[in-house]
Amino acid sequence: MKKLGNVLISPYGSTEIVMGNTAIVRGMIESGVRVVTSYPGSPTPEIAAAITAIPKDKNPLYFEFSTNEKVATEVAFGASINGHLSTVFFKSVGLNVAADTFVQLGHMEVIGGMVIVLGDDPGANSSQNEQDNRHYARLAYLPMLEPSTPTEAYTMFKEAAQLSKKRCMPVILRMTTHVCHAKENVTFSSWTPLPLDHSSCFNVDNGPYIPLTTKLVLPLKRRALEKLAQFSVDADTSSLNTIINNNNPLYGIITMGAPFQSLQDVVEESSLKPDILKLGIIHPLPKYLVADFIRQHKEVKILEELDDFIEQQVKALAYDQGISTKIIGKQDYEDWLNEYTPEKVYKILQKTWPHLLPNKKNAAPFLHWSPRPAQLCPGCGHRSAFHAIKQALDPNDITVADIGCHTLGIMEPYHMGQVLLCMGHSCGTAAGLSLFNNSRKVVAFLGDSTFFHAGLPGIINAVFNHHNFTLILLDNGTTAMTGHQSHPGVGYNVNGPTEKIPIRQVLNGIGITNIREIDAYAQNHLTEAAKAALTEKGFKIIIAKHPCMLKLMKEHHAKGKPLPSPVEITDDCNQNYACISGFACPTFQRNDEGAIVVHKDLCIGDGSCKQTCPTKAILHKHPTKEGNS
Amino acid sequence: MPVKMDIYIIGVGGQGIGLLSEVIIRAADYAGFPVRGTDTHGLAQRGGTVSSCVRIGSHAHSALIQTGCADLVIALEKNEALRGLNSHLRDGGTLIYYDTQWQPLQVRLKKERLLKSEDISAACQYRSILEYQIVPTKLSNPKMQNIALLASIAKHNKIPGITPLHYELALNDLLEGNKLDNNLSLFRSLIAAL
Repeated sequence: MKKLGNVLISPYGSTEIVMGNTAIVRGMIESGVRVVTSYPGSPTPEIAAAITAIPKDKNPLYFEFSTNEKVATEVAFGASINGHLSTVFFKSVGLNVAADTFVQLGHMEVIGGMVIVLGDDPGANSSQNEQDNRHYARLAYLPMLEPSTPTEAYTMFKEAAQLSKKRCMPVILRMTTHVCHAKENVTFSSWTPLPLDHSSCFNVDNGPYIPLTTKLVLPLKRRALEKLAQFSVDADTSSLNTIINNNNPLYGIITMGAPFQSLQDVVEESSLKPDILKLGIIHPLPKYLVADFIRQHKEVKILEELDDFIEQQVKALAYDQGISTKIIGKQDYEDWLNEYTPEKVYKILQKTWPHLLPNKKNAAPFLHWSPRPAQLCPGCGHRSAFHAIKQALDPNDITVADIGCHTLGIMEPYHMGQVLLCMGHSCGTAAGLSLFNNSRKVVAFLGDSTFFHAGLPGIINAVFNHHNFTLILLDNGTTAMTGHQSHPGVGYNVNGPTEKIPIRQVLNGIGITNIREIDAYAQNHLTEAAKAALTEKGFKIIIAKHPCMLKLMKEHHAKGKPLPSPVEITDDCNQNYACISGFACPTFQRNDEGAIVVHKDLCIGDGSCKQTCPTKAILHKHPTKEGNS
Repeated sequence: MPVKMDIYIIGVGGQGIGLLSEVIIRAADYAGFPVRGTDTHGLAQRGGTVSSCVRIGSHAHSALIQTGCADLVIALEKNEALRGLNSHLRDGGTLIYYDTQWQPLQVRLKKERLLKSEDISAACQYRSILEYQIVPTKLSNPKMQNIALLASIAKHNKIPGITPLHYELALNDLLEGNKLDNNLSLFRSLIAAL
């Protein structure tokens, strides 16, 4: 087996098939990054997987999952003003959490250098929106680079690190989902490991680092603007921006990132290829380069995913410089939406210049077939919890979802969770829903990792302001949705064992006494507890606890532990279908005759289903301790 | 030999699509072909549709295959075979699918009918698609269905220019210990037997 960790720290150059997320880690090592921080979120968790694949004693990177993206940004910032090159990475919406810290960074002299890696998610493949984080670069006066392939992710990371150190300003590397996850051969350079430097270089003379009141803030902002202007000069001659010259005086296209790759696929089919200006530096705009390019064409299309970030600037530039080129940006709302995949780019180009591309025969007819959204795993404690809590609720009651695996409770047939904003919103939103509301009970859901990430302020607010709702804390002992990362409650971090921070005691410390803690498999107890809590006044918490079974089964499998045998359906089954229509474990399938059958490849023998059958027709031969309620 | 082939792999989260796709990418690389690809694995959650694109040849810039443009669709499950066939396979392309069934919720809830192998055959016939149905064999571990499928692809030379040896080299890159031994021995025995 090729050991990824060894490949990443090899002093020799090599060519490897890696995804964009992995390529960045080699970039970190070659650049001399020392401190890396993050909070897990798609599409970036594989960056952490690559870092932690490096043997501990040989890893030049200190890495941590911080409690949230804001803290992660602060840790990376602190390391950098102490002289150590740092990197923080997280998903698109993570930047909203980090924003309070992030917007200050341009004002600061980050002497060690700092690269901020963002995993934006056009198409909202795994996020609650498809926000365009390029706007944040402008808001914070920070440069932003955008790669379109894993190879570019690797080279641009190194360039970002170098530029950041040179200008003592953070540089953002903006990735998008299918650049993070694209795989290709990437050629790595050689690398000479340097001894780890433990010196502390923090010095207030490098600052000031205290931005307070007009007198101090304005000079810092002025310096940020000056640095950005200098960066813009560099951008004009940077090799990160490239022109593909097809000798077309009529048509030019300005694009960047993944849409550039899509565009190249699409123009393969064109006999009249437009010239292409591919931007690698997307903020600040390389003004001379762009002005020259638009001047040389009769019409220029701005092909950019999501918002009209570049379009606005290019149009302003053309106006300022009196350039009469026709600049074509977004033409309808569709152009603002979704990933710019090759087929989307094809449609956009056809709309822009109808004669440029051959008319495609219609793609294969898309016959409808049953959708298969993500679902809770067999044996998932959340399924038991949702099934039990649902029995305690009136259909008129209001349920508030949060982010995590338990978000899947919103789906058929559970329908637990009717409103969702973002990480940790549930307690705040539930509090608001409970005001001027005498008739409908309010229930909020929250996961254990999110509890530490952004859940606590909402919980403390519920105590502080005497709110009246029930919180179901779904505790599966891990950050499951993003691939089982640790959190402060589990007793270890990526570097080794830690003291557990027990959720129950944290809640007690806040002064919450109305807490019930129940194994999520104990469905009857959970239903009774929920019924009781819902009749009580004030803020009540039920901790529905069960380890993530996907994680547990993987651990058992790795240790060679035998798994319990699958459940069986006995002759008592009267085809009531409660196991499918209410509990809906994917294990239960139906055969041609309509009988329930257990899918042996799926059932993990947990037995949490047994109690859901009204005719007791589910036979569980090896009941687990938790499953016997 | 210049190869140009777009391969769309589809299945249910938890079936090992990621491994299968990376084995094919690496095998193509060992065979000396330019190759790129991507998984759609936003959520580490199992149970939803998961797909992967593998693009062999210098024509490929984007890692994504356009709908209706794949030369080969490899499906690890029957319902996903129909989905992949409908969404990505070109007319006259090839479908290889492992004939196991993980029923989607709507089917289990009786809101939609059960899919039959004949449905897939009819769709293939209508669009001149070559169909290979892999009938499940008894496996010691259902997680190795992806390797059983890989053995069929190798045996029938469905990706021209990539030999069983290339696939084995790729497996060697990605697995170790018992897992490697088990997968390699299954791969070899199926190639010998098929």
